[in-house]
Amino acid sequence: MPGSAGTKLEVGSLSFFYGKTRALKDVTFDIPERRITAIIGPSGCGKTTLLRVFNRMYDLVPGARAQGTVMFDGTDIVTTTKLLDLRQKVGMVFQRPSPFPMSIRDNVAFGPRLLGWSKTRIDDVVRRSLEAAALWDEVSDRLDAPGTSLSGGQQQRLVIARCLAVSPEVILMDEPCSALDPVATLKIEDLMVELARDYTIVIVTHNMQQAARVSDFTAFMLMNPEGRHGELIEFAPTADLFNAPRDPRTEAYITGRFG
Amino acid sequence: MRHIVMRRFGNTFAQGVMYAFTVLALIPLGLVLWFTASNGLPAVSHLEFFLNSQRPTGIPGGGVANAIAGTAIIVGIASLAAIPVGVLSGIYLAEYGAGRWASWVRLASDVLVGAPSIALGLFAYALVVVPQHHFSGISASVALAILMLPVVVRTTEGAVGLIPNGLRESGLALGLPRWRVSLQLILPAAAPGVITGALLAVARAAGETAPVLFTAFGNQFLTLDPNRFMSTLPLVVFRDALTPYKDLQQEAWGAALVLVVMVLVINLGSRWVLRRQIRLARQL
Repeated sequence: MPGSAGTKLEVGSLSFFYGKTRALKDVTFDIPERRITAIIGPSGCGKTTLLRVFNRMYDLVPGARAQGTVMFDGTDIVTTTKLLDLRQKVGMVFQRPSPFPMSIRDNVAFGPRLLGWSKTRIDDVVRRSLEAAALWDEVSDRLDAPGTSLSGGQQQRLVIARCLAVSPEVILMDEPCSALDPVATLKIEDLMVELARDYTIVIVTHNMQQAARVSDFTAFMLMNPEGRHGELIEFAPTADLFNAPRDPRTEAYITGRFG
Repeated sequence: MRHIVMRRFGNTFAQGVMYAFTVLALIPLGLVLWFTASNGLPAVSHLEFFLNSQRPTGIPGGGVANAIAGTAIIVGIASLAAIPVGVLSGIYLAEYGAGRWASWVRLASDVLVGAPSIALGLFAYALVVVPQHHFSGISASVALAILMLPVVVRTTEGAVGLIPNGLRESGLALGLPRWRVSLQLILPAAAPGVITGALLAVARAAGETAPVLFTAFGNQFLTLDPNRFMSTLPLVVFRDALTPYKDLQQEAWGAALVLVVMVLVINLGSRWVLRRQIRLARQL
């Protein structure tokens, strides 16, 4: 439980720029291993930008650049050139479920096939990943059906299974439930708690109740009104942050006075 | 009260006018289909029309097998050249095409779409026919490939652009290199749109006369060798219709009907594929 975990991602005075616009300033905190860390804050505070630094997803955006360090198992994510290795170890689940246009089986097997694993190993990993994503019972009899034929919640769990198949160490989730109904949301939340036994999970969410329900640690971010860049206001075990926030701005946000 | 009556009248009147003009716009299409069908059907209704090659006037049993084979071979070779190149360029433009170079490519292909097809024929003539000292099916393929290329490029770019960014990002997030995301995820997802573009290009190439006039030239006899003179359906229509002989004019109508039906089938087929694409893209 909180307090007893090692550090998986060590964020050191991280700043981020889109061209000349500063989006993040001096973010420093440690993301603990095999725990769920939630990043909360109002729209535009840079939480998604921060998440996208952790797997260098921002590389696609022309002019985007990070400054500072994010240490991950001894390598600095900000400067590493081994992007493919990084992204295999740091998986990501997006807001909208994005199954590949192929069968359920092929969706999960896609990553492992690229890594050149043997067929028996892939069959095994497909099953284990779908089981780990709590989807196996629902799809075991129709693995060859298209991934798009599943419901939204099932698609999101399929995406999680696909992500698990390449054995990541960290899973980033960018508002994974915002396109889902309450029942599907609950399933994903249960799944996250389950997955946190083996994986480090970082989730960006708009939903404070969700952060309070599932996460072990919470980072609260806010846009600096003068610099118009996002900054980290408070990082603490979730129970402490919600029950006894140290910063008045955190308190104002979680009690719903703004944001 | 009178105001409302006037407005209602105005509305009905405007709708009526638009309806009438729409009907007017459809009349030429209907007439073309009717003329070709009614004049071409007598020729097409004999099986020999599809099995035999052209015969001189007065000799019964002539057909357009030589032109059907010629069209298939010439357009086939043109497709083999234009579709892979066009698809890859289209993907490049949609996936990587932000810079100055890409906008030049876009401009060039737009210009090429509008280029008069006879100019492309002349180009192929100078490029292939003149050095070889003889007309050939392959030179027509060169002209038609150039004609098809920009169509394939722009429709591929459009189809790939329809694919939501989420698919691209989830591929990259899985640790896939960018070229694999483009070719193994984006291209299959966009396949129906890409196929539509290719089919439209094929239909357009099959119906072209100008670029094949002085490249394939025409051939009364059936040949499968693209290095020789070849006939195509539009060439048969062009040559036969100009003769004073009833039976050859009949043959021209028949060839025109075969061509129209072929293009119609391809167009309808591509619409069907495209509808699937749009449904698919919504699901992603």
